[in-house]
Formats: sequence, C-alpha cells, structure tokens
Amino acid sequence: MPWEREQMAERAAQELEDGTYVNLGIGIPTLVANYIGDKDITLQSENGMLGMGPFPYEGEEDPDLINAGKQTITELDRTVYFDSATSFAMIRGGKIACAILGAMEVAENGDLANWMIPGKLVKGMGGAMDLVAGVQKVVVVMDHQNKKGDSKLLKECSLPLTGTGVVNRIITNLGVLDVVEGGLKIVETAPGVTEDQIREATEATVVN
Amino acid sequence: MQKIYDDADAALDGLLKNDMLIASGGFGLCGIPELLLAAIERSKVTGLTFASNNAGVDDFGIGILLASKQVKKMMSSYVGENAEFMRQFLENELEVEFNPQGTLAERMRAGGAGIAGFYTKTGVGTQIAEGKETKEFDGETYVLERGIKADLAIVKAWKADETGNLVFRKTARNFNVPAAMCGKTCVVEVEEIVPTGSLDPDHIHLPGVFVHRLIKGTHEKRIEKTTTRKKEDA
Repeated sequence: MPWEREQMAERAAQELEDGTYVNLGIGIPTLVANYIGDKDITLQSENGMLGMGPFPYEGEEDPDLINAGKQTITELDRTVYFDSATSFAMIRGGKIACAILGAMEVAENGDLANWMIPGKLVKGMGGAMDLVAGVQKVVVVMDHQNKKGDSKLLKECSLPLTGTGVVNRIITNLGVLDVVEGGLKIVETAPGVTEDQIREATEATVVN
Repeated sequence: MQKIYDDADAALDGLLKNDMLIASGGFGLCGIPELLLAAIERSKVTGLTFASNNAGVDDFGIGILLASKQVKKMMSSYVGENAEFMRQFLENELEVEFNPQGTLAERMRAGGAGIAGFYTKTGVGTQIAEGKETKEFDGETYVLERGIKADLAIVKAWKADETGNLVFRKTARNFNVPAAMCGKTCVVEVEEIVPTGSLDPDHIHLPGVFVHRLIKGTHEKRIEKTTTRKKEDA
C-alpha cells in the first residue's frame, strides 16, 4: 500500500532532528507539524516568526498573526517576531536546519522545480528559492508520479528550476530516496511497495 | 521635528507623481498600509511601480490600485490572490518582475542601507539569474542583485512616538522595516501615537530616522485566510 498524504507527512516528520529550527512549506509539508511528537522543534515562518503555534480557537484570530500561507495562527512561549530581511538572513545564512517542501519535479542531480508551469498561471516563487539555497537540508514531499502515471523524479527537470542541486531527500507515496552521486538511492519503501516497483515508477537513474 | 500629519491625504501631499516607484510594507493583507493605499487611489496618480511582496486582493490593499489601473509594474514574490491582477497580467496590461522573497527584502534593506548591490546564492541556475552578473566566492556561485531605492515608502506600524520611533506588532512587521528603509521619503500609518519618552528605547523596532511623515488612523486589518481549531481539539 503506497502512503497516503498523512502517512507521507508522518514519515517526513522523522527527518526533523531534536533541538533544531525548521521551515515547513505549504500543502503536505504543513501537515508534518502534526507528527513532531516529543521532539523539541521550533518552526520558522518566513514572513517573520520563530516558534509558530497551532491555529487559534474560533473567535481568537488575530489579523497581525499569520503564517507564510497567510493562515491565522498562534504564538508560543518561545515565539519571536522579526522583519523579512532578518527572516531571510537566518534562511540564507544556514541557521535553519531543514526545509520540507512540495515539488512538481525533482531531477537525479537534486534540481528542484516547484514554482511555475510555463503557459499556466504564474503566482511566483515566494520564499522557495531562498529556502533551497540556504537551509542545511532540503526534504521534498511529493507524489511519485503525476495523474497520467508519468514519473516526477526525472533525469532532468522540464520545468523552470527553483534551485540547482539543492534536494537532499525525497519522500513520495512509494518510499524514500536520497540524492547521491550518480542518481537517486532508495533508502526505504512504503509498506507493500517493492524496490522494483519504485524503479519502474522512476525515470531518474536509481543507483544501488 | 514635526512629522505628524492629520490624515493620509495630507501626509502624501506633494509626494505623489506619475510613474514613481513606491515600496510598500505588508505580507498578504497583514501589516499593509491600508490608509495610505486608499489615499493613493484617491490621488489618481498612475504608472506606478510597486515593490511589494504581494499585490493584495481584488478590493483591498494594492488590489484597489490595480482595479483603478494606476499600477504599471509589480516587483513581488507571490501574487496569486487577486483575479483582476491575473487578468491584467495575462493580457499584458501589467508588468511583473518576480523576486525571490528574501532577495526582495534584502534589495530593499540594501537600498536603504547605502549598499548598491549584493551577491546571493538564491536563484543561481534559475531564470531569476538570467542576464545578471555571477561571481564565485569560496568555490560557490553567487548572483549580483541590486539594492532598491524607492521614491516613496509606505509603511504600517502598531505604535509610534512623536519623533517617529516605531513598534510593530507580531507578524505585521514583515516587509515594513526594509520598505521603510529604502524610501527617499517614508510615510508611516500607525494605530497609536504615544508621547515621546513613553516607549522603552530598547524596545523600538525601527528608529525614527527612517520615518519622515506619520499619521494615526483606524484600520480595518482584514484577514485573508481565517483558520481555526475547535475547543474540543485541544
């Protein structure tokens, strides 16, 4: 059984090391916050906050307190606020240990495409290019194939890039792969999924 | 040092010109200078370029200036939440220069700090770096980005003292600090002006040296996406 969204998020949460500062992207990455458990993790929101808390109770929303997805959130005891230039100083400066992001395509050399499809509506890259250029470890959470069954793990990205050689680990519905010398290496399979099934579903070079 | 004006129209008097570059604070609708944006709409100046992370929604924030066709160009990182924006963009009525969010913030900060340009790893090898100078430092490639010097900065803060020292509230600080710094003139709207001396000098977020004109007003502070949890989830 391939992993569902929640299970991918739960698996991605294992990537977070105790005592670190982490940035979670929009979509499945946001769900990772639900699976941090007992680990001491401080979530960064690139609009200017460390120590992001859960959604507020109904009626307690504060228009001055949102996350990078523009959702209303809450603060914690450890919370600190800062301006956007300071926020990206800590991102670009390598102070954030890990970013978990979504992707449209990943290439076997770690290239990432997740911000635009030519000819379609372009909304912008937000903070994604800064995050992948600066954080210590980039984990991508994505479906292994598109709706037509084509691999999204490619020899080369076809879409405009967000960053070159930036992805360290990929968590898909089929398993976990690392970007290594020469291609992608399978490090884990979803329950009931075989390594052969992953190889078949992957256009990128899979090394042993 | 008289920085306090009666209202947004008075504070912008003599500062607005067609085809000018305006840096605006805010992230989404959080911490946007909503009163000054409304006054710019009333002024009817056109051909504006905005350095602003986002472009508001259809009827709020910079969105009202898109609806009135006063904006020529946006320098932004993410612009998805606005139907009229998308229509003008797709029909080539509006020019958009996408900037990575951290690059946009640093371009403003640098422009205001007397730094003409800086090298960053952000965007290297992507279309953002096309046509820009690159340079190797310590074996890694960096791309040159220019500082932004805006003709006018419009900013929203929480509190000011009478000399323009500013305090922001929670995540409404965002781009307001770098935007304020990069404006040749910086106009700020706040929720409260307190007597000089009543703010703790150690707790001021932006020194008044960056602030030229100041107004107090009543803010709608619209929420873009309300997300909540139920009490029983706790």
